[in-house]
Amino acid sequence: MTSFFVNGKPVKVDDDPATPLLWVLRDSLGLTGTKFGCGMALCGACTVHLDGQAIRSCVAPLSRVAGKRVTTIEGLSSNLSHPLQRAWIEVDVPQCGYCQSGQIMSAAVLLRENPKPTDTDIDEAMSGNICRCGTYIRIRRAIHRAAEMAAEKKTS
Amino acid sequence: MSAANEIANAKLVEISRRGRQGIARRDFLKSSVTLGAGLWIAAYVPELAAGIAETNGKVFAPNAFVRIAPDETVTIIANHSEMGQGAYTSLPMLLNEELEADWSKIKVESAPVDAVYNHTVFNMQMTGGSTSTPSEWERLRRMGAMARIMLVDAAAQKWGVDAVGCRVQKGVVIHTASGRKASYGSLAESASQSKPPQNIPLKDPKNFTLIGKWTRRLDTPSKVDGSAQFGLDVQVPGMLYAVVARPTVFGAKVSGVDSAEAMKIPGVRVVEQIPSGVVVVAERFWAAKQGRDKLKISWDEGENAQLSSEKMLRDFSRMSASPGSVAKKMGDPARALAGAAKTITAEYDVPYLAHAMMEPLNCVVDLKADSCELWTGTQFQTVDRLSAAKVAGLPPEKVQIHTTLLGGGFGRRANPASDFIVEAVHVAKVAKAPVKVVWTREDDLAGGWYRPMWHDRFAAGLDAQGNPIAWTHTIVGQSIMQGTLFESFMVKDGVDGTSVEGAADILYGLPNLQVDLHSPKIGVPVQWWRSVGHSHTGFSVEGFFDEVAHAGGQDPYELRRKLLEKQPRMSAVLQLAAEKAGWGKPLVAGRGRGIATHFSFESHVAQVVEASVEKNGNVRVHRVVCAVDCGRVINPDIVKAQMEGGIIFGLTAALKTEITLEKGRVQQTNFHDYQMLRMFETPEIEVHIVPSEENPTGVGEPGVPPVAPALTNAIFAVTGKRIRRLPIRLSDLAGASEVKS
Repeated sequence: MTSFFVNGKPVKVDDDPATPLLWVLRDSLGLTGTKFGCGMALCGACTVHLDGQAIRSCVAPLSRVAGKRVTTIEGLSSNLSHPLQRAWIEVDVPQCGYCQSGQIMSAAVLLRENPKPTDTDIDEAMSGNICRCGTYIRIRRAIHRAAEMAAEKKTS
Repeated sequence: MSAANEIANAKLVEISRRGRQGIARRDFLKSSVTLGAGLWIAAYVPELAAGIAETNGKVFAPNAFVRIAPDETVTIIANHSEMGQGAYTSLPMLLNEELEADWSKIKVESAPVDAVYNHTVFNMQMTGGSTSTPSEWERLRRMGAMARIMLVDAAAQKWGVDAVGCRVQKGVVIHTASGRKASYGSLAESASQSKPPQNIPLKDPKNFTLIGKWTRRLDTPSKVDGSAQFGLDVQVPGMLYAVVARPTVFGAKVSGVDSAEAMKIPGVRVVEQIPSGVVVVAERFWAAKQGRDKLKISWDEGENAQLSSEKMLRDFSRMSASPGSVAKKMGDPARALAGAAKTITAEYDVPYLAHAMMEPLNCVVDLKADSCELWTGTQFQTVDRLSAAKVAGLPPEKVQIHTTLLGGGFGRRANPASDFIVEAVHVAKVAKAPVKVVWTREDDLAGGWYRPMWHDRFAAGLDAQGNPIAWTHTIVGQSIMQGTLFESFMVKDGVDGTSVEGAADILYGLPNLQVDLHSPKIGVPVQWWRSVGHSHTGFSVEGFFDEVAHAGGQDPYELRRKLLEKQPRMSAVLQLAAEKAGWGKPLVAGRGRGIATHFSFESHVAQVVEASVEKNGNVRVHRVVCAVDCGRVINPDIVKAQMEGGIIFGLTAALKTEITLEKGRVQQTNFHDYQMLRMFETPEIEVHIVPSEENPTGVGEPGVPPVAPALTNAIFAVTGKRIRRLPIRLSDLAGASEVKS
């Protein structure tokens, strides 16, 4: 049995410890917000936070997260209140939406480490996330907007 | 043949026949014909629509497209799938323009499979051809108006006043004279008793308050909190998981399976052969995949084992040297070429392309003795249902498909053979339990059903003034319609219309023109891919046209403008794009501009690309300016988003991707060798929409065709090197220096 925390709650699963975290989250825990796109850490759709760091859950074995804290898109906020979620809605970023959980989870780490990223900073942090529908320009704009919103909140 | 199969076959033939009528009715979209209310009522009143769930009398369901509940919730039933193109917002906008409910109360549900939801032009339930909003432009407004009229009647009856003295505002009926109000929800039960109206007049477009306005998408919140459900996310009680080992050579047959090691993987339940390969069914996806990795399968590879892209390139070039089936002939091209002051020739090539939707294919099937339920993101409900029914041995009415959100479609999820659906029903028979079939990315890239590979051979003759007077174009590539239920009306006299679209119907005024086609039969499964034939003809026609302009010493923009004199709408987008891009004005050193136009799916698009080329041959795309005329705009932000997305989709094909075969095997396996354009490579994109009051036309696909040629034309402008084959390779341009003028 592997015990760890997901979105603040303790969980225990009996999956083979070599199972990629992605499939434990989706199939065993029913948290389907984290997506499968490639299985080889090439597309970023599976991005979650492990003790606050962005990881690609499709290649992270369950054993790696034992005792640790995992955050998925479902745990980013309780009610669409995270600045990235608010900005994504304001800018109308998603088209099909399938890659967007991973995009937002990657962006969340970027903004935490770099509250005022430049376009180049954003490109570097986000180029591991593929969007087949081509929403990159809006993602960049929304990240800038979220940075603004987060800064507004700090000063208010 | 079982009775169920006979019924299914008869229905497939019927669809094919009606589809032929449907194509002829495409002109319906161009006119502003209004149908009598009686026709709408007959078609869309629930009790006449089979399979629509009974309402309990409290919910107001005047037709198959909208329901209003006492709690004010307005549920709009969307008969077009949401694959990112915004259907779940545009269609509600059409309906609610007339209904005038509170937009914040609107929820969208996907329609069940039922004839009442058939596409108004193609006569089957499907999403494609960039037709979701054009095909529902009139119907959905009528459905919304019908509901509003009945709600007003219910209020008027309640108050003992004339309906004419009432108005509506944000889901509330108001009696103007007395100020009495009643919400739609409070009227739901009584409106259910209202008689459907004899007349359903529509608003004058100048009174629109929703259509044409920038409106946020309804599905964005669920797509940013993980709650949006795609096919791959569906879970049903007792569900198992399955992966299928499919042949690495198309058409190969299983000659032996050793599943001993696979069965040892904990959680693996059964391994069995099915028509598409060998399925591993397990309690979890990961166990199924581990099981499949352990299978030892021997294949009888068959005739496609020697397929080679290199050989096909040579074969196609050879084939194109002789004329094929004539798709278009105007004037006497041979004579005009012979008498021309100057002639030029060129050959163009584009590869097989995979759709590579971010959400790999999947399907959940719950097959019982007398019913079958499927959950998946599909664009092709009617055909899928009939195909599933055939395999299940059930009448189609016993098969229901729950359409989820699609994590990208691009045409792959409208498969003419319902390949992934049919396979999933076979799997369900093996699993003897509800089961989810999952395709991995490797399965997706190797799985076929590609945009075909194409070869073009052009010749053009110019007069002494440098104007083109003759143009011949021989196309070589597989017909996507051949062998499908659409063949009988899509292929005429050996010409598949989709193989020559954008070439045979070229808009430039050319006095002598011939387009002909060879359709080799090759064992690689092919189908439509975002913008279909235009994805290939856009590149080759606009690239060669640029060559013609340069050969005649003409500016590529000016020559296009001259030859589009009789095409005011295309001329307008061309001029707008050129103006906004600053065509003719000085550019940053090292950059070039290229321009291209393309007409597809009834929409006119022109694009200008600014690009530069690095010493090592790497192409940098700096800016794309896009002008589009898509008729009356429903939601300007969705138009903009579809152009942006189409451009990035087209740039990926121009710069990055090809599916190649060697010894029958597809060489590409995942995103490291089938690379998508990423954020750091994305140019600035500006979209300019031409205002129009013509009927709406499509935007999902038309942004794709012009970008590759606009890019290669820009590369020519800056390096003097002509790219005639996609994707662009480093070696094509390494060492190519800036053209010294």
